[in-house]
Amino acid sequence: MGKTLFDKIWDKHVVETINNGPSVLYIDRHFIHEVTSPQAFKGIEQRGVSLFRPKQTIATADHNVPTLNQHLPIKDELSRMQVEQLIENCEKHGVELYGLGHPYQGIVHVIGPELGITQPGMTIVCGDSHTSTHGAFGTIAFGIGTSEVEMVFASQCVLQTKPKTMRINIEGALQKGVVSKDIILYIIAKISSSGATGYFVEYAGSTIRSLSMEARMTICNMSIEMGARGGMIAPDETCFEYIKGRAFAPKGESWNESINKWSQLYSDSDAIFDSEININAADIQPMITYGTNPGLGIAINGNIPRTENIVDEGERNNIIKALKYMGLESGASLLGMPVQHIFIGSCTNSRIEDLREVAALVKGKKKNSSVHVMIVPGSQQVAKQVHAEGLDQIFAEAGFQVRQAGCSACLGMNEDKIPAGEYCISTSNRNFEGRQGAGARTLLASPLTAAAAAITGVVTDIRAMI
Amino acid sequence: MKALQKIHSRFVPLPMENIDTDQIIPARFLKATTREGFGKNLFRDWRYINNDESMPKNDFALNQSQYTGEILVAGKNFGCGSSREHAAWSLLDYGFNAVVSSFFADIFKNNALNNGVLPVTVSDNFLQEIFQQGNESTLTINVEAQTITIDATGASSHFEINPYKKTCLLNGYDDIDFLLSKKELISEFEKSTKE
Repeated sequence: MGKTLFDKIWDKHVVETINNGPSVLYIDRHFIHEVTSPQAFKGIEQRGVSLFRPKQTIATADHNVPTLNQHLPIKDELSRMQVEQLIENCEKHGVELYGLGHPYQGIVHVIGPELGITQPGMTIVCGDSHTSTHGAFGTIAFGIGTSEVEMVFASQCVLQTKPKTMRINIEGALQKGVVSKDIILYIIAKISSSGATGYFVEYAGSTIRSLSMEARMTICNMSIEMGARGGMIAPDETCFEYIKGRAFAPKGESWNESINKWSQLYSDSDAIFDSEININAADIQPMITYGTNPGLGIAINGNIPRTENIVDEGERNNIIKALKYMGLESGASLLGMPVQHIFIGSCTNSRIEDLREVAALVKGKKKNSSVHVMIVPGSQQVAKQVHAEGLDQIFAEAGFQVRQAGCSACLGMNEDKIPAGEYCISTSNRNFEGRQGAGARTLLASPLTAAAAAITGVVTDIRAMI
Repeated sequence: MKALQKIHSRFVPLPMENIDTDQIIPARFLKATTREGFGKNLFRDWRYINNDESMPKNDFALNQSQYTGEILVAGKNFGCGSSREHAAWSLLDYGFNAVVSSFFADIFKNNALNNGVLPVTVSDNFLQEIFQQGNESTLTINVEAQTITIDATGASSHFEINPYKKTCLLNGYDDIDFLLSKKELISEFEKSTKE
């Protein structure tokens, strides 16, 4: 029987399997940031051990950083201390840090791929659930807790139970105005926020093949939002082309060897998955969420489900509670609803292609006077590119505020927050209660849908604008 | 990690589904650099009006004196969302040693086990049976036997736990000690994979 892509990579990284227990899984690359690493550094120090393979860990500061005036000291004392602690820990333990002020600084899941650190066939972990992003390159990449960060520090391994495998096949051409964010929001709405718990997902099919690397990253990024351990896509020419020439990509003879090796990374035709889902790309419309988990999404021209029609009591109560928090009505349409904020950024949608799409749509237009629009590039390199291409000019003329790289308003941990009770169309990944600030109401959507609402001031079907 | 063999306690019911880690511990409280002290911010925004400790929300179970104990009982898909281990630390710091639900998110489950907080997965029916008990009711969780019992009715349910993790929990062993003991093997593995 053939092997799945997941099995091929997994099997190459198992050091040992404990009888009736988890496997000791070797980790090729470990990314860390300021929030989930300090207790792990403290942990190994208390045990009196040093980092086993410090060169395989790469650090950046992203969650806590302000996105304005990054050259000044961080105002919030606790945030500043956490970022300073990261600097100190990296110095002490010999870890490469791309901190504030470094040209490589940015959101951890944006910089790994853009620097060519993320490469096919690797195992990659980070104390952050959106580590699944790196799976777009044909890697086993998943989020871990701080105790597991400490395990990697101590041994370059984690203990993992092998997950089940799921393949999601998407075939056909996408409708006009539908982008990769809509694909993943559609899948999560279809199978629910726990529909892939216990599984590692491979995305396949002609639709996926036709996507750029950055579009693929958006899809893999949100795998965790349906409960999956991670998501992955077999590497192909598009992938190799993206990696080629990047700062840490293999060069010269080593590049050819790598291509040969990477070309073997696909699921064999007779490989069997524990679960398979087939999706017709033509069925996918621009999506938007109305509730307080990413599974509560609808087509932009659809209606919120009528709660009285939901049979399962738990699910019904869940949606009633969500609608109350969101200030929305059962059965209503969202089209034409005024919003106060637009956030374009996060590890899901802050790459150059996302910002190019937005710029192409808003060029020569002005934002609606009632909305505040924030554009936050995912990294210093993306910000540099935005400037080089003159996109910042287009945004400035539209009345959008372009800020500096960081996680920003995705998670209400830094200064960028949405005020209580106000609506934000956000290109980020989570619409949980309070995620963008206490009482904030998040509507997840694609960069195109967010940009359309920036111009009109209301929830808008992008297809009416292009 | 401290050993955990048996829990006999009353419980706090939270019969909502999809309780995510941003509710368990909101991101603004993740700025600490130690593992201690997160309990006071557990479910912060469900516990207080406008984040004000002098204004507890009276309809929230953690604020109702009739509910107490070391066990939290919650609706399905508990702990979905972020990988923040702070969620497990805040439950432990508050005084919970076990969470009972019919479904747990993967990363939360690992994080809980790595901190000696036992995730107990029961059927939807058994979960409803627990929710129907009065607030004086107690539960007994036996790690060795892998059982959870509603003491008043004697109704009991088996729960799954990985045998390796069970040994760790019963003895207070942790994974890092185990991995440190494997360093030589890991070094050999590295050599063998270098082409």
